[in-house]
Amino acid sequence: MAGDYIIDIQHLSKSFGGVKVLDDINFYVRRGEFITLLGPSGCGKTTLLRQIAGFINPDEGRILLEGKDISSIPPYERPLNTVFQRYALFPHLDVFDNIAFGLKLQKLPAKEIEVRVKKMLKMVSMTDYEDRSVDSLSGGQQQRVAIARALVNYPKVLLLDEPLAALDLKMRKDMQLELKEIHRKMGITFIYVTHDQEEALTLSDTIVVMNEGKIQQIGSPIDIYNEPVNCFVADFIGESNILKGRMLRDRRVAFIKHEFDCVDEGFGEDVPVDVVVRPEDIYFTTDPAKCQFKAKVNSCIFKGVHYEMWVDTDTGYELMIQDYDPYAVGTEVMLYIDPDDIQVMHKERTRNVLDAEVVDGNHVRILGAEWECEVPADASAGDILKAEIPFDKIELLDHQEDGKLAGEVHFLLYMGNHYHLTILTDDGDHLWVDTNDIWDKGDLVGIDIAPGGIKLRKADD
Amino acid sequence: MKKVFAQAYLYLLLAMLYAPLVFIAVFSFTESRVLGNWTGFSPKLYVNLFTGGMNGGSSLLAAVENTLLIALVSAAFATLLGTIAAIGIHNLKGRKRAGMQFLNNIPMINPDIITGVSLFLLFVFLHITQGYLTVILAHITFCTPYVVLSVLPKLSQMNPNIYEAALDLGARPSQALRKVLLPELRPGMVSGFLLAFTMSLDDFAVTFFTRGTIGLDTLSTYIYTDARKGGLTPELRPLMTIIFLIVLVLLVVFNLRQNRAAKSKAN
Repeated sequence: MAGDYIIDIQHLSKSFGGVKVLDDINFYVRRGEFITLLGPSGCGKTTLLRQIAGFINPDEGRILLEGKDISSIPPYERPLNTVFQRYALFPHLDVFDNIAFGLKLQKLPAKEIEVRVKKMLKMVSMTDYEDRSVDSLSGGQQQRVAIARALVNYPKVLLLDEPLAALDLKMRKDMQLELKEIHRKMGITFIYVTHDQEEALTLSDTIVVMNEGKIQQIGSPIDIYNEPVNCFVADFIGESNILKGRMLRDRRVAFIKHEFDCVDEGFGEDVPVDVVVRPEDIYFTTDPAKCQFKAKVNSCIFKGVHYEMWVDTDTGYELMIQDYDPYAVGTEVMLYIDPDDIQVMHKERTRNVLDAEVVDGNHVRILGAEWECEVPADASAGDILKAEIPFDKIELLDHQEDGKLAGEVHFLLYMGNHYHLTILTDDGDHLWVDTNDIWDKGDLVGIDIAPGGIKLRKADD
Repeated sequence: MKKVFAQAYLYLLLAMLYAPLVFIAVFSFTESRVLGNWTGFSPKLYVNLFTGGMNGGSSLLAAVENTLLIALVSAAFATLLGTIAAIGIHNLKGRKRAGMQFLNNIPMINPDIITGVSLFLLFVFLHITQGYLTVILAHITFCTPYVVLSVLPKLSQMNPNIYEAALDLGARPSQALRKVLLPELRPGMVSGFLLAFTMSLDDFAVTFFTRGTIGLDTLSTYIYTDARKGGLTPELRPLMTIIFLIVLVLLVVFNLRQNRAAKSKAN
């Protein structure tokens, strides 16, 4: 029912200088919910929060607060308050006046202001700090004041922009618990922005995972962790083994050149898929009847609670396993995976598909460069066809100037025996590449296509 | 040995810097008309200065009055304009911002004489009668960049979110400006005002070209005219001594206050 949604965001888009920062964002927030916008830096989460706060106007779409469109209302008239990343306290005011700032603007009686500020100070465990200058407070204390300053106005929704990012680890953990407690006590809806997946899993009722201006997945922390919908989410949340697979039929999937039972249905028969197996879900066994595949331990590192091991399977794949018991490097081990623990995902794409303009009998223009390939006899110069290029037919070169195109490594996934890279070309196009070479995110690369790597088909196929 | 030379060098330098000031101060306590003639100690020049018992005494006092008035008014306007300009420049991005800062710097490097002549030509062109108004306009013109220069760093030191935080807490833009932005910028505005005030006090070239022919004199133009008429009026010596002392006291007070503020912040 729509009445339950305190915030409803519909088709929100925003561009800065021609770059789409937010692309058709849709989601709702239930009253009293703790919802987290999670994603890597530059994914648009802060822009989204700032639009809800009213500091940025959307290009398209609307934001409903309790069913009322607030998209064009200025920030000072929205019944929302924000906790900023670097606190943004007013340095010339003491703690009391910082917290009382909003109440004084509302022209409340001095008596009531004092009562409410003191109550808030107690809530954030800062009683007796009223007269202190904010410069004399530690980071954690400043953050408490910032939270009190926002909450004292009893906003309908509290917006938090990476509020704990500037604190050290121990303090961050403590503040997470306190935030959760404050949320429970006040019953106010929280919209929280962070790039820290652990923080998101700890705090939230609902997580919205974002990447490149788009929502990837919305769900409870458990859903997001156990059933990621794509490789990005699987890789971003927690540790994972992401592998190429093939759905053989319902409840039967093949990967790392072995067949496994799983619980997924409805993919069809013999369909390429991606498979995610969490490292804590691969079990060691000594029972040959249970063993699904064998492997050899290749490294073993103590991580505090568990050991992290990399194993080489008998079919040449590398997997990460986490277990409470260590196995010595070089040990032959027998392994199995429960059907429940195999997450099968639709493949987002199986090859690169790009527009190709026919130049002559054996040349086409793709992404602004000319390439040699077999052109169908019935195509003439100027025709636009679709070019299909397999992931492994794109070659990456160390120097940008050596390739026909130049770009940078934008995102990379280890798939057990090779890397799957997303390359962002200098013109802003995406290419996907499978390679055995090791690259890092941000590496500048030259791009070439292997001879015979381009297959052309009609554009309307 | 090395140390002795280093010290001697330092004192020599200091002597060169302060000798003229000391010279004026010492000779303000003697009655001689000609500077450099010691005719015995006497406070008479000071008495003359304050009772007006001297040649052209009233015009000297009028010049002092003009100087202070012009400096106050133009520094106040320059502070207002410069602060607004600084906020505007700060909110620009990338090359536009760098460009505006560059344009702001040029008038400061530009020789005064050129500023003065160009303003003179501009006023003539616009048919503005030259007098108080034109001198003040001219002073505002060359003082404003200094205010911009002292307010800009305050803006970049400021947490960029505090203006938004004020809006977020319900302040209208004008309230956010008054209650949050201005208190943050105040130190920069005060030093900008003082800078503008001294620049205006100090100015000769621009005033000379824009004061017109109504006989408006500031201290610097008065002294210039006076010196050309045949020797400095001896009463200028105590006046300069007093001005120097006032500036000295102000500087010491200002520095002490700044030190104390820095200390209290560090604690």
